[in-house]
Amino acid sequence: MTRLPVCLRHPAWLALLLLGVPAAATAADPALDATNYPGPAWSPYLVGAGIGVLAWITFYFSDKPIGASSFYASMAGLIGKLVAPGRTESLSYFKENRPRVNWEFLFMAAAVLGAAAAAWPSGEQTNRWIPEMWDARFGDSIALRGAFAFAGGVLMAFGARLAGGCTSGHGISGTLQLNVASWIAVVCFFIGGAFVAALLFRS
Amino acid sequence: MTKAVGSGDTADAPARLKLRTVIQGVAFGFAFGFLLQKGGVGTYHILIGQLLFQDWTVVKVMVTAIVVGMVGVSALHHFDMVKLHIRPTRLGANILGGLVFGAGFALIGYCPGTAAAALGQGSWDALFGMAGLVVGSWVYAEFSSRLKQTVERWGDLGKLTLDTALHVPRKLLVPTVAGTLVLFLAILHALVER
Repeated sequence: MTRLPVCLRHPAWLALLLLGVPAAATAADPALDATNYPGPAWSPYLVGAGIGVLAWITFYFSDKPIGASSFYASMAGLIGKLVAPGRTESLSYFKENRPRVNWEFLFMAAAVLGAAAAAWPSGEQTNRWIPEMWDARFGDSIALRGAFAFAGGVLMAFGARLAGGCTSGHGISGTLQLNVASWIAVVCFFIGGAFVAALLFRS
Repeated sequence: MTKAVGSGDTADAPARLKLRTVIQGVAFGFAFGFLLQKGGVGTYHILIGQLLFQDWTVVKVMVTAIVVGMVGVSALHHFDMVKLHIRPTRLGANILGGLVFGAGFALIGYCPGTAAAALGQGSWDALFGMAGLVVGSWVYAEFSSRLKQTVERWGDLGKLTLDTALHVPRKLLVPTVAGTLVLFLAILHALVER
């Protein structure tokens, strides 16, 4: 056997190789290989650098890290205040995090508009209810896709609140501050995600 | 430490929104959504492709954002121009919450931020996921006081950063971590087609 270069002899690469096995299994059907669908419009490095610079800006001007999941918690609390004000007031989480339209709320609401402005004028809009790769695996039932997306959303929000953040708040903002919690959480996001994605897509 | 220029509204600040908060929240959020869409990370097959290790776009975007963000924010912090926002390390909650988050992430194929980008570009299935995110937030709130007394106490290490944990000065650790991540990106770039 030929000797591997030093950087490839590290045990981490073995782990990466093992994790790559499900990819090899799914890639057999071209409709279930993500790389057979269109890629991003811009280089991921350019976009990543842009988000990094945006982090400098939000820290400097707004004294805020970029985060997404608290938007949904505020929304839950705001709806709760309308539907069951007494119950909402009594919950520990909402006592500490008063539900209101704040910076984080406006940030995510505006993100929808920003994505629309990025997609529609340049013809990159998807304008569909079922993603192509989901369709290739599970068919074109909106009810099935909706049920999975809804259930996924419930688990994801619960997990984000328990972990203290999401792929933005922990995954980018926390990790870039060398926050130990964030590095642990982001690794767990991908472990949990890879496990369930393999269950869903491995034949 | 000098205060950042920011308008940072804290938990006990009055509920009234400042105009500056509105303008900044909207402008920066718009930019964030724009970038997420252009990076393709509001797209189902790119996100699920990452979880299946077929498409590495998400990791490339995230790691580049971490490197660039880390260098700039650390430099600004070094000169007392920004405050850090460190969240507590609670091993039980970070690990269990992280795994549950990941499971949900795979089921929906979007994360909380990229769901907004998905909706913006016309991936209407994100609406189901966003409804689920609101409900899931409520479910957490319902259990929040019980969780605080149980899971969130397991392995509570408080606000911990890597430099404190490793006893390495921040100004040494930041270039080391950033350099390692750049090396990781370079190797990844050479190994994967996308």
